[in-house]
Amino acid sequence: MQRNVLEYLEATAPRLPEKVAFHNGTEGLTFGQVSRAARGIGTFLAERGLEREPVVVFMEKHPKSVAAFFGVVYSGCFYVPIDEEMPLYRVELIFQTLKPRAVLCDETTRKAVEDLGYTGGLYGYEEAAACQPDQELLDRIRGAQLDTDPLYIVFTSGSTGVPKGVVACHRSVIDYIEQLSATLGFNEDTVFGNQTPLYFDACLKELYPTIKFGATTYLIPKSLFLFPVKLVDYLNEHKINTVCWVVSALTMISGLGALKKTVPQYLHTIAFGSEVFPIRQFNLWREALPQARFTNLYGPTEATGMSCFYHVDRDFAEGEAIPIGRPFPNTGILLLNEKNQLAGPGETGEICIRGTCLTMGYYRMPEKTAECFVQNPLNDAYPELIYRTGDLGRYNDRGELVFVSRKDYQIKHMGHRVELQEIEAAASAHPSVAAACAVFDKEKDRIGLYYAGGAEPGEVTAFLKERLPRYMIPNRMERLERLPLTPNGKIDRKALAAGQVPAGV
Amino acid sequence: MEELLSILRELHPEVDFETCDTLIDDKILDSIDIVTLVAEIGSEFDVEVPAEELTPENFNSAKALWEMVRRLDEG
Repeated sequence: MQRNVLEYLEATAPRLPEKVAFHNGTEGLTFGQVSRAARGIGTFLAERGLEREPVVVFMEKHPKSVAAFFGVVYSGCFYVPIDEEMPLYRVELIFQTLKPRAVLCDETTRKAVEDLGYTGGLYGYEEAAACQPDQELLDRIRGAQLDTDPLYIVFTSGSTGVPKGVVACHRSVIDYIEQLSATLGFNEDTVFGNQTPLYFDACLKELYPTIKFGATTYLIPKSLFLFPVKLVDYLNEHKINTVCWVVSALTMISGLGALKKTVPQYLHTIAFGSEVFPIRQFNLWREALPQARFTNLYGPTEATGMSCFYHVDRDFAEGEAIPIGRPFPNTGILLLNEKNQLAGPGETGEICIRGTCLTMGYYRMPEKTAECFVQNPLNDAYPELIYRTGDLGRYNDRGELVFVSRKDYQIKHMGHRVELQEIEAAASAHPSVAAACAVFDKEKDRIGLYYAGGAEPGEVTAFLKERLPRYMIPNRMERLERLPLTPNGKIDRKALAAGQVPAGV
Repeated sequence: MEELLSILRELHPEVDFETCDTLIDDKILDSIDIVTLVAEIGSEFDVEVPAEELTPENFNSAKALWEMVRRLDEG
């Protein structure tokens, strides 16, 4: 039985040593090179006394960062990807939670880590990867590793303003990759075009099937996602046939009219998720690629990646929602109503997940973890955790699960999961902001921030840019004399979201 | 030009669009901004921006954007 994700790489690298594993269009690494670099890094870190602890990989998005992930796993530690574009304030918060003893960097990020005043071990990728692998040492580490040991931590938006680190183990990822690969039909001929950043679980969909099958992943430069014709040219140049993208990346291509000029001719598998796909845009895609298979995916980071899928098998009219379908094999969905009983046909309930896919919870946040990883309320006989997603869903007449809405103020913006309260907490930290309320316009996919206080909108934006990732920066700012309140004295979110806004300053 | 500058300022109040000529190079504009700009340019100036005009060169500065709008308006 497979216990470690590296067994994928160890089966593939000797079989296809010269084949390109990860490439960005300019530079790439073969399976042989990935394997050599990863074993070097694993040896390097282990020789420095690190074991079963978080190692931060703070590098620009590059095939080498993927090799660094696997290197950390070889050392018996777990990797924590940090984005080079993340504001330092946020990186600092993450470091406070992790207290990492080792950070892997590259030449573009070294200075940023030094500026944090980080005093632990700061190692350059090139030096670590060049280390001579000590196979005996690596074998000894592997022998002691369990499939329930952590593999990675990824950080997601937290409503209190502190990002939460979701810890996932090998077994959950192996389960996910096996089910996802079977569902989407990945194989050795798959050429992935990766869109999502490496610091989220979304990239698992490409990285692990690539080493499992000996496929190839192109890490598409982010700048191409601004210019749709250039992006499609890139897909064609590299014969990319499979994409698992956020909806906004797909609608950017169709919405700006690129499919009228050029079509990604090799693309046969298109998975999308985490957001509602506007049907008009979706139909433009289906018309452009009538032979391709389209699959809607759904799942929270806390259940490792995606939990449910729906292969589009019929036409949808504008305004209809594409279902999220049914769970992957070996994943269970419970739709629980307010009485904690199973929701009846057509009744809305909270989507709860059980199975091997459940992650281990939030790193160093036991209270937060206990809030949403809870005992299955339908089982009083033995311990069994479920994850309460906070997503509301219902079954349609065909028995397919459909996403309805959120229970709280979490939104999906440009494919990213964002807690509106985290934006408010950051804005309120500005000395001249008295109160702030973030609202989301789902139709236009834009975040608006209303605030009261002496600061100019430009100042608040500049302040937020130092603290929040790019995708959390409000697209619109409005300064008000005071924020409207409900009869209970709370900020009236509903009024603001509905555009019932008192006069500005 | 003034209408275009006010569209841009609405998106990024903290940027000086009269001088900045690295809107793409310095990652000031993101994909949502591009989509918004294309829509707002369309309704404000009554021109359709075709996909092949979406290039880094045309979006790197307010001046380049304005030249594109004028070109499309004439054509």
